[in-house]
Amino acid sequence: MATTNSPTTTGPLAQPGRLPQPSAFLDVRDLRVHFPTDDGVVKAVDGVSFTLERGRTLGIVGESGSGKSVTSLGILGLHRRGHTRISGEVWLDGEELVSAPPERVRRLRGRKMAMIFQDPLTAMHPYFTVGAQIVEAYRVHHRVSRAVARRRAVDLLGRVGIPQPARRVDDHPHQFSGGMRQRAMIAMALANDPDLLIADEPTTALDVTVQAQILDLIRDLQDEYRSAVLIITHDLGVVAELADDILVMYAGRCVEEGSAQTLFRRPEHPYTWGLLGSMPRVDRAARDRLVPIKGSPPSLINLPTGCAFHPRCPHQGRDGIPCRTEVPDLAQGSDHGVACHLPPTERRRTFAEDIAPAL
Amino acid sequence: MSTHTSPDRTTARPGTDELLRVTGLEKHFPITRGAFIRRTVGAVRAVDGVDLTVATGETLGLVGESGCGKSTTGRLISRLLRPTGGSIVFDGRDITDLSVRRMRPLRREIQMIFQDPYSSLNPRHTVGTIVGAPLRVQDIPTPHGVKRAVQELLELVGLSPEHYNRYPHEFSGGQRQRIGIARALALRPKLIVADEPVSALDVSIQAQVVNLLDDLQRELGLTYVFIAHDLSVVKHICDRVAVMYLGKVVEVAPRDALYATPLHPYTLALLSAVPVPDPDRRDRAQRERILLTGDVPSPVDPPSGCRFRTRCWKARERCERETPALRELAGGHLVACHFPVEDAERTPRGRIAAHLAAADVAPATTTPA
Amino acid sequence: MTHYIIRRVLTSAVLMIIISMVTFGVFFMVPKLAGTNPAELYVGKQATPADVAATARKLGLDQPVTVQYARFAKGLVAGRDLDDGPNRTHCAAPCFGYSFRNDRPVWPLLLDRLPVTVSLAVGAAVLWLAGGVLAGVVSALRRGGPLDRTMMVLALAGVSLPVYFTGLLAQLVFVHTLHWLPGGEYVNLADDPAGWAAKLLLGWVTLALLYAAAYARLTRAQMLETVGEDYIRTARAKGLRERTVIGKHVMRSVLTPLVTIFGLDIGGLLGGAILTESVFGLPGIGRLSIDAVNTKDLPVVLGVTLFGALFIVLANFIVDLLYAVIDPRVRLG
Ligand SMILES: Nc1ncnc2c1ncn2[C@@H]1O[C@H](COP(=O)(O)OP(=O)(O)OP(=O)(O)O)[C@@H](O)[C@H]1O
Ligand SMILES: Nc1ncnc2c1ncn2[C@@H]1O[C@H](COP(=O)(O)OP(=O)(O)OP(=O)(O)O)[C@@H](O)[C@H]1O
Ligand code: SF4
Ligand code: SF4
Ligand SMILES: [Mg+2]
Ligand SMILES: [Mg+2]
Repeated sequence: MATTNSPTTTGPLAQPGRLPQPSAFLDVRDLRVHFPTDDGVVKAVDGVSFTLERGRTLGIVGESGSGKSVTSLGILGLHRRGHTRISGEVWLDGEELVSAPPERVRRLRGRKMAMIFQDPLTAMHPYFTVGAQIVEAYRVHHRVSRAVARRRAVDLLGRVGIPQPARRVDDHPHQFSGGMRQRAMIAMALANDPDLLIADEPTTALDVTVQAQILDLIRDLQDEYRSAVLIITHDLGVVAELADDILVMYAGRCVEEGSAQTLFRRPEHPYTWGLLGSMPRVDRAARDRLVPIKGSPPSLINLPTGCAFHPRCPHQGRDGIPCRTEVPDLAQGSDHGVACHLPPTERRRTFAEDIAPAL
Repeated sequence: MSTHTSPDRTTARPGTDELLRVTGLEKHFPITRGAFIRRTVGAVRAVDGVDLTVATGETLGLVGESGCGKSTTGRLISRLLRPTGGSIVFDGRDITDLSVRRMRPLRREIQMIFQDPYSSLNPRHTVGTIVGAPLRVQDIPTPHGVKRAVQELLELVGLSPEHYNRYPHEFSGGQRQRIGIARALALRPKLIVADEPVSALDVSIQAQVVNLLDDLQRELGLTYVFIAHDLSVVKHICDRVAVMYLGKVVEVAPRDALYATPLHPYTLALLSAVPVPDPDRRDRAQRERILLTGDVPSPVDPPSGCRFRTRCWKARERCERETPALRELAGGHLVACHFPVEDAERTPRGRIAAHLAAADVAPATTTPA
Repeated sequence: MTHYIIRRVLTSAVLMIIISMVTFGVFFMVPKLAGTNPAELYVGKQATPADVAATARKLGLDQPVTVQYARFAKGLVAGRDLDDGPNRTHCAAPCFGYSFRNDRPVWPLLLDRLPVTVSLAVGAAVLWLAGGVLAGVVSALRRGGPLDRTMMVLALAGVSLPVYFTGLLAQLVFVHTLHWLPGGEYVNLADDPAGWAAKLLLGWVTLALLYAAAYARLTRAQMLETVGEDYIRTARAKGLRERTVIGKHVMRSVLTPLVTIFGLDIGGLLGGAILTESVFGLPGIGRLSIDAVNTKDLPVVLGVTLFGALFIVLANFIVDLLYAVIDPRVRLG
């Protein structure tokens, strides 16, 4: 996984060393999503780049408001055009989507790329039956009769583990439990065998036991279809369960990325340390105190200068590093990218000596 | 304020100095039909025979899946609801059937904190009004005036006294939850029932609030009933944990005992389902995970005998016939199961066997509530 | 579903009984409070007190209110005989009372006028639904644009202008000045469809304007709210055409509150119809009731009021049923 996070270049084509046409299945380059509002421009996503291959799972983690959902909606082209400024590139299977005509993106949506949303109660239309909603998803992209599509819907519901699918297909969403609804959402997303599946907090609204079922299901389906999966969550446990690679977002940017093992075993960004430290863990002996990240998330309209994390970072300005003035780049080269001014050796030492023992 | 000093957290044990005892607690919400002649056609057995004790200065965790009756239990304990059966003894007094008027002085001693920091604060009132309201309503004498008292409370929960005249919308989620806590603390309660106080918060803000609750307990000798569904948070904050399933307590144990040697099959499944933030242990966790089939049955018509039997891979004929009673198997470790989990089942091999067995349980055909 | 319907039928029936009691009670009290004897109204001012007393006795007006109501209720269900001294009149069910001024039972009087009012109401309803919803949808889709703003200003004006003002103005311009529309008498649909429509047109437009404005605003607000719902985002994520997203998914949700309001408005339409009918000289139920008030024809006023109230209950009942069809969540409740 190669990543760049250059705030200075405006178009990704200007970036040296990158092919104009990517080889990766999904290649997001310097994506920016800004919302002009009465109070100013909300820079919800401000230069995010990553790649994702078929059969792999990428996890995006970060605090509430860090731009995770906005990123995923940007890939699907679901932002309202007139109210959003989007720049950068999203290459899906060799095709660029940001500059593509909306009609073209619509045809890909639901067929080549599909999405599972957080709250399965509000994400399904309350007045249509579950079956009708799946049938519709299938028939937008396939010219088949209702009967054929209905058989497909029953089939899909069975695949995702709904008991008696032939009967439940005519139920309305409110007649399903939370876990069943999320299964139905997944069935809907799978209707057209998508190559890219984006799951935005697919289990946040669910109980642990149901969460375990759903994560298991996503894993199974990925094994079966070899699709690329993008999973968005703020639960580090969930990404650790599913993701091959992890991308940590803070204030609309990527601050650290690498393989799941790397990020959990030797994280190098102070914000990632903060996330790990503030999380109580069921697999460890109880600690005395959690270590919260001090302060609160920044305003996306007036981002702090330099490193956006500096007002909350305990290492800010250490050894004279320019945290307040210069935006740190996501250091390239290795397969572990870290956007922090601290020298790599210093970061590793700090983690090993100060952070790891307290986790 | 409590005169008891906070006992050492590790040695806190039930029965040492009992503050709350709940016996056979029941809350059945009637289901009525008919527009004019209302008749009761059934009941939601939200809480159906719950036994609990809470010692002074300890934190009792109440965990379980959505809809198992945690919130209802919390509201019964703080007497925001009237029980339909059983008894609640608080600080030596039976408060089960106290009228609203008789309950009023006791309201000071039992306070509740709610999940949603956004909707539980009136947006049109200032922080000062919100936090000071209980003082004014209860006519609490404040030596330096209500304002000073409120400002002290704000400082206690880590807010600044200048926040007195600000409105809730000017605060972040974590700060709002602090305001809710300050309000609960205003009357110097002995017992705080916290209903999912951190569930709606981000991890880092959650950590702040968890630490705050911890500090306050140490400083003020508070007793908590901590309702949550996040087993990691519960492990961090609680001394003892009670696990609920479908309106009943199925297991109660000191924290470490519960997490290390769960005795009820449901607890075992619940613990195995918690995602482990360690990619290296992912495969192992998955192989040993007990995935329960189907949904929780409806509390309107719970299964006979043991309520977990429709999803339990250890269920036998006796489980259908006989309701298991909550009995003590080890020091302070109570379980309601005819065939409690044995040591062999907690070994990796036993867990994999349980994983396979649980997947084979025929999913119940009942539709959820 | 059957349970639900049965429950609604029972509720409506009881409501109707209560309403008839209250209405009857009020009309029993009104003359008392005004210090007049209802019997006087029947026999006329010149009658001697003895005549009045005799009439009162014959008509049962000296009986307690409960007895009078019982008779009235029986009349509603089974019809009754009215003993007016020399001649006996039969008032067939449903007997809403007997108008001595017109010397006819109230019910046929109502039936006579009903087609006019129904013509006016149905025409106006079609107009305002089509116009209001369309305007609301367009406004919402062009939110913040010049079209939206113009439409909403017009809507505001529509809500605030009284019917007699818009109505009289329209009458003046189109009938009396421009002579585009005929003045003259009301004609039946069957006799002369074009004349019927021409005569009613202004009434339709005026009445529709009153409601369309509110519908446009409601539709717009509802659409804007629905467009932000998660399930609309899901619909887009499926790759549906924008046309389908708006026309099917959004409209389905907008429809529900519209049906509710529509039901209430149909009930309340009678009020609007009274004004409109009198402005445009349409011989409908509204006119009937105004004439009845002017001539102190108490039975007719009572009949119209009761009829209106029952009509509202019926409209609400139908809306409730519709609601259950539209919103699956209601059925279980
Ligand atoms: N249409 C919009 N107009 C203005 N601001 C927006 C819009 N959509 C999102 N934002 C802002 O962009 C920021 C990022 O939002 P986003 O939904 O991506 O966060 P997130 O990382 O998904 O958080 P969460 O974990 O809470 O879902 C937020 O501050 C949000 O308020
Ligand atoms: N006022 C009420 N009337 C009828 N049923 C109710 C009422 N309040 C709660 N219930 C039902 O009682 C059961 C227990 O509800 P309760 O809120 O106590 O669950 P919980 O464990 O707190 O769940 P959650 O984790 O979702 O908050 C549920 O089935 C719920 O639907
Ligand atoms: S750049 Fe500076 S402020 Fe930012 S994370 Fe690194 S040390 Fe902290
Ligand atoms: S009593 Fe039987 S069914 Fe219930 S948990 Fe124990 S073994 Fe399972
Ligand atoms: Mg989000
Ligand atoms: Mg609850």
